[in-house]
Amino acid sequence: MSTTGESAVRPERAPRLRRFEFAPVRGIWRHELALYKRYYRSQSFASMVEPTFFLLAFGYGFGSMVAVVGDYRYLDFVATGVVGTAALFTSVFPGMFNGYIRRVFQHTYDAMLAAPVDVHELVTAEALWIAAKSAVYSCTPIVVGMFFGLDPAFGMLLVPFVTFFTALGFGLFGMWTSSVVPSINSFDYVITGVVTPLFLIAGTFFPIDSLPGWAQNVAYLNPLYHCVELVRDAVFGLDPLADLGHLAGLVVFAALMWLIAVRGMRKRLIG
Amino acid sequence: MAIRLRGVVKRFGDFTAVNGLNLDVPPGICLGLLGPNGAGKSTTMKMLTAQAIATAGSIHVLGFRVPEESKRARAAMGVVPQQDNLDEELTARENLEVFAHLYRVPRRARRQAVDDALALAHLTERQLTKVDDLSGGMRRRLLIARGLVHRPALVLLDEPTVGLDPQVRAELWGLIDGLRAGGTTVLMSTHYIEEAERLADECALMSHGRVIARGSPSSLVAEYAGDQVVEHYGPPDRLTEVERLAQAAGLPTRRTGPSVSVLRAETIPPSLADDLGPDGVRRAASLEDVFVVLTGELVE
Repeated sequence: MSTTGESAVRPERAPRLRRFEFAPVRGIWRHELALYKRYYRSQSFASMVEPTFFLLAFGYGFGSMVAVVGDYRYLDFVATGVVGTAALFTSVFPGMFNGYIRRVFQHTYDAMLAAPVDVHELVTAEALWIAAKSAVYSCTPIVVGMFFGLDPAFGMLLVPFVTFFTALGFGLFGMWTSSVVPSINSFDYVITGVVTPLFLIAGTFFPIDSLPGWAQNVAYLNPLYHCVELVRDAVFGLDPLADLGHLAGLVVFAALMWLIAVRGMRKRLIG
Repeated sequence: MAIRLRGVVKRFGDFTAVNGLNLDVPPGICLGLLGPNGAGKSTTMKMLTAQAIATAGSIHVLGFRVPEESKRARAAMGVVPQQDNLDEELTARENLEVFAHLYRVPRRARRQAVDDALALAHLTERQLTKVDDLSGGMRRRLLIARGLVHRPALVLLDEPTVGLDPQVRAELWGLIDGLRAGGTTVLMSTHYIEEAERLADECALMSHGRVIARGSPSSLVAEYAGDQVVEHYGPPDRLTEVERLAQAAGLPTRRTGPSVSVLRAETIPPSLADDLGPDGVRRAASLEDVFVVLTGELVE
């Protein structure tokens, strides 16, 4: 069939669209912002109070038995470690549950994909929003820690960037799992089988060198461990070479998760 | 052509939903895609937006190849899905604002575009109401407004009034009729005969994934059902006898519950009329007769 004749009906104002555009990303953020305006109180409460409880419970609970870990006060150790936990929880859960609910129950993604939005733009926009929110919320334990004696440091300004990349990877991981689970109840497997071990062997509440050798090796593969190490170094003093390695780990993790999240979502959304 | 499909096939595993579909939709008309459930109408709609990818064949929408150039095609068309997928947590206005962004309505024109869409759907007064609090008819109007917020050249309406009460349906028909009158090309899938008769310039009858007849509603009726139909009521044996006699004379029939309709009744010879008996009720042939005769399915 000739396409010459077809061009006659092409609308003159049909924009020339690139493979990746920021316009749909901004549109999806507009959607998120409208929802956030409605629910920021409950979201902020959960995202900021939960890590604070962790910090106080472990910091004071274990802190009464363990005064120091290495060179750090235990409360400072936990305050910096819980940042990672906060980044994990405030990204992986929205990725999983919002991803699933909007795809399966609300069909929001179907509506968006009928507009000039592609799956990779949709996934990117959702993940960036999750990461941006999480980057801010995850700093709560540092702020709370300062009220309990954590010394302020300029390096703390780097923490939101660390948590952004961490949350980006875990948000995308959540979106990918939302595209592969057969039902919303299947998230129990992901939470218990993946998320909980991730947060336990990340050096959050105890140093990983107290773990058996195999568990230490697993921890090195855990992106959350790299997040926690980066946060501690940002707060207590950078170790440039090691920190570049940690950052590279987080970036590679986010990139891999983007690829599989886009692939998983495309498989589910495009018939 | 606003839409051109050639030899389009869509398979889901062993199931063939669309089977060698050829379809042309010229600009500026409302084409009703009519067919029973499972005829392949919704799958066809999804292929036009590249939310389903054809197994074989070629698709052009507004001159753009789909799925390769589907993003540009989607920017110039509006879609009103069968399933209500509005965001219930947002207001009517917020829903439209999001899609004004997604459809690349320029920033300076966005507010006006949303206002216009709200006015078109008669929802200006309810623009700040959460979708969850809107009635079924209002939600449906908002869905249509969402698909029109960027003033598209082509609108795809997938079963636009399914499940709505007659009053709301009539309201929406007015809205859709306005689109057609304004020169927008409309492709509307439906399994409501009356909807197709009222709104469509042309109808394409789909069955088992392909178009089996096409034309204006009146020409389809004339071609497949004639001018008049005689309906005979009675016990099953009597109906079977009527069917046998009519079919032996080469006249199409349709069976609907307690009756048999003999189509092209104006051509019944006097001798057959005597055999069929005087109990028949004569009426004008309709698109419903064509639908049933061609698809073998009952209408809703």
